[in-house]
Amino acid sequence: MLSFRTLRDVDWTLLILTLILCGIGVLQIYSATQSTSEADRWWKQVIYIFVGLFVFYLVSQIDYHTLVGQAPLMYVVFAGILVFLLILSRVVLGAKRWISLGAGFKLQPSEFMKLILILFVARYISELKTDSMSLRDLLKLCGLVLVPFILVGLQPDLGTALCYLPILGVGVLLAGLTRQQAMAIMIILLLIVPTGWFALKDYQKARITSFMDPASDPQGSGYQVMQSKIAVGSGGMWGLGVTRGMQIQLRFLPFAHTDFIFAAFAEEHGFVGVVAVLGLYFLLLMQILQNAQTAPDRAGTAICMGVGALMLFHVLENAGMVAGLMPVAGIPLPLMSYGGSSILSFFLMLGLVNNVRLRRFLQ
Amino acid sequence: MLRDESKFAQGKIAFLQYLSVGIFLFIVGGYWNLQIRNEEIYSLKAERNRIKALPIPAPRGKILDRDKRVIVDNHSSFSVLLSLETLKEEHLRPIAEGLDLDYDEVIALLKSRRSRPRYLPITLKKELTPAEIAFVESHRDPDTYPELELIHTERRVYPSNGFAAHLIGYIGEVSEAELNQADFAKYQQGDLVGKTGIERQYNDLLTGQDGQRQVLVDNKGNERRVLGLKRAVPGQSIELTLDLDVQTVMELAMDGRRGGAVALDPRNGEVLAMVSRPGFDLTKLSSRERSKEWKEIFSNPEKPLLNRAIQAQLAPGSTFKPIVALAALEGGEITNDTSFSCGGGLNFFGRYFHCHNKKGHGATSLKRALAQSCDVYFYNVGNKIGIDQIAKYAEIAGFGARTGIDLPAEAEGTLPSSKWKIRALREKWYGGDTVSVSIGQGYLTATPIQLAHAIGGMVIGGIWHTPHLLRGDAPAKPARKVDLDLEHVRLVTDGMCEVVNGAGTAYGSRIPGIEMCGKTGTAQTASNEYQKAKNIRLKDNAWFVAFAPRVNPEIAVAVLFEEGEHGPMAGTIARDIVKAYFDKKTRKEVSQTQPSTVTASLPAAPAGAAN
Repeated sequence: MLSFRTLRDVDWTLLILTLILCGIGVLQIYSATQSTSEADRWWKQVIYIFVGLFVFYLVSQIDYHTLVGQAPLMYVVFAGILVFLLILSRVVLGAKRWISLGAGFKLQPSEFMKLILILFVARYISELKTDSMSLRDLLKLCGLVLVPFILVGLQPDLGTALCYLPILGVGVLLAGLTRQQAMAIMIILLLIVPTGWFALKDYQKARITSFMDPASDPQGSGYQVMQSKIAVGSGGMWGLGVTRGMQIQLRFLPFAHTDFIFAAFAEEHGFVGVVAVLGLYFLLLMQILQNAQTAPDRAGTAICMGVGALMLFHVLENAGMVAGLMPVAGIPLPLMSYGGSSILSFFLMLGLVNNVRLRRFLQ
Repeated sequence: MLRDESKFAQGKIAFLQYLSVGIFLFIVGGYWNLQIRNEEIYSLKAERNRIKALPIPAPRGKILDRDKRVIVDNHSSFSVLLSLETLKEEHLRPIAEGLDLDYDEVIALLKSRRSRPRYLPITLKKELTPAEIAFVESHRDPDTYPELELIHTERRVYPSNGFAAHLIGYIGEVSEAELNQADFAKYQQGDLVGKTGIERQYNDLLTGQDGQRQVLVDNKGNERRVLGLKRAVPGQSIELTLDLDVQTVMELAMDGRRGGAVALDPRNGEVLAMVSRPGFDLTKLSSRERSKEWKEIFSNPEKPLLNRAIQAQLAPGSTFKPIVALAALEGGEITNDTSFSCGGGLNFFGRYFHCHNKKGHGATSLKRALAQSCDVYFYNVGNKIGIDQIAKYAEIAGFGARTGIDLPAEAEGTLPSSKWKIRALREKWYGGDTVSVSIGQGYLTATPIQLAHAIGGMVIGGIWHTPHLLRGDAPAKPARKVDLDLEHVRLVTDGMCEVVNGAGTAYGSRIPGIEMCGKTGTAQTASNEYQKAKNIRLKDNAWFVAFAPRVNPEIAVAVLFEEGEHGPMAGTIARDIVKAYFDKKTRKEVSQTQPSTVTASLPAAPAGAAN
């Protein structure tokens, strides 16, 4: 169990694409943080990647059916942690989104909730007997995703919470909808969006209004978008070169090694670099969906499609936000943004995809 | 179940694939828009982000006197700038408080600078006190008020107590109206320009070229690197024809009086001194209490801003008589031997004209008429030669026109003639008008500088050099030369010499050893009839015009002492000025001869000591 079935069966395309993206990320983190107090970030990221690889290996070893089987338990445990964190943040001042593991390492349970949801949805899909589900089933599925969505949204971490929605989308897509159900969902969404607006925090609203018109508040929340767009735009066709990005080096670009790493990359490597990296993401995505096709069962397909949809959502939201195409939400760029939780959670997901691939001929 | 499963998923996977393609195209399109289509816009914005331009103000040129002594200097001070690009509204109030400024004034200042480019910071306050400098220094860090910037500037230092204030003029921020004028085209809101006097006249020379420092800054406003440095070019220092020694005496002599005085060298038109009273204090106008000082100036009914030496247009009274005498001599209507009898007054055209000496001067020759200022003599002369003959020579002497001195807003005065009256008043010229003008009354008005210019030009033989204050270059307006009979000039000069040195009206102004010549004037400010009708008694203005020495004159002085009542009152002022001029000349001659003897008597320095 602790060794690969055959080394040849590992999804090398997936792994190599992943590592190339991670490598580009490390370079960009180095470039963005050099000669600052965060200059150690690039090798910390390297460590996270190695840990990620180990996790990738571990996850590949355990049969995904076992994991799918344990999904309800994990779901309950992590939902419990989220509730606990929520209560804690109400009692103790200053909301925390993570659990400290000591030695400066922190665990962000909401990140791992993504993975658990993917597994749970896969389990749910595989247990469906028909091609289209009843309204009861649909509501059950929605409730499954909405519980952690609300818990994380209340933290408040709307960005991570939003990541749960594409998983729900994949679930609904795979479960199959009747035309009436599709209509009903559209109507409900149309009703929820305006009321949801009032539930948003002021800074969250400001993010959305500043997305519409970044110049309206150049010093506030629009500032990040404006500086990010300036960084991207001034990169031009070929970019300014590694460590030459003025917006980065003079610190005008906020979070240049985390959420806005793609703006930093775009400034230093230009449109050519952007297209190249987006191309890599696209290939990675296609490889994941390829695995969805070759998956032996519904659960495997659902896992791959869940991971793929989540990845797509992350790239869309992050690369879009950085270019002012999407509102600001604290969503990292998969594999490139600095951060242990994000790296680990993506390696876990990709490990799952690999897991499905390893077992594609099992049945 | 198994085959079905893959079939069932096939379409749904394809859906996700198409969605991916769409989303990636959308993102690439967005980046294309930013990086390819609008690269220049964002590059420019990035540059704006990181490049900060700080002005280096150029010091204004100094103003020196003819001996290169400093009249107007600069001194170092600090100003605080406000950067508009990093400005936060809510910081304005605490900043205004810290700098002891009125918040509303700060807002008004910002409004008035709207048309300036935003990357140019605006000067919030000048002449900072040490406490204010400390405030700026301790608050201009990125976390408090990054919009503050401290710069070193050079400020004007003027002589105190209003010394030569009218002549120097003051500087101020260029006004909206001025910005529309061609001379001020190169200036921007907030720039300092000369408003009056020399500061205005030679503003272009005195103004330097501001420099600029371009620095690379990070998001905290810390300077990372100097990208470009354009040094400031200081303004040119200008040397005036003014003589501080003469000016000082004139200032003292005019103190506490109202009027104007001017001294010039008739040989070349160089103005040696010029004073107007009441005055204003330039030091106070550029100090922190300037608004209070301005209020005082504007509420003063005596109009302290008026430079009476070139702007007071008043009847010159008897100081005009030498011109009338010259006109009559040149026209051949009188000679040295012509004599009129004065009985204290005379009837002309049915009106009785008084002589200032009610007892009369008896039989009066030209010399005596000038010395004693006999009005009847000049009534007769004027009546004989007519207004147009008077006007012809007065015009030659420069009356009724600006002398062309290099100061802004010189007044023209009025030189009446028969044509002038028809044109200006649409009335026929009457003989009685001529009688009044022949003693410098009636429609005639002149400024002190016109008088000094006219008499000075006449007594050097008919060359009127344009009065000017800037030393060196010849004035724009060339000298006028008129062929006068030098014998006639001598006759008038002798008469004016008699005024001071003989049995004349200004015997009190005599200076031992110097043949100063002059002419008193006691000018009515309104006609006798008017004063009677209104039952008031207006005080007369005292005038004196002088030149010295009698032969080859070097200095011409005109003094207007408003409400001085008697010409001789102005005469003593002129005397002091002329004396100061010759005292200095003597001093100079002594000091020029002495150093050579001293040098000669010094032992030869050892060769090695030269290094």
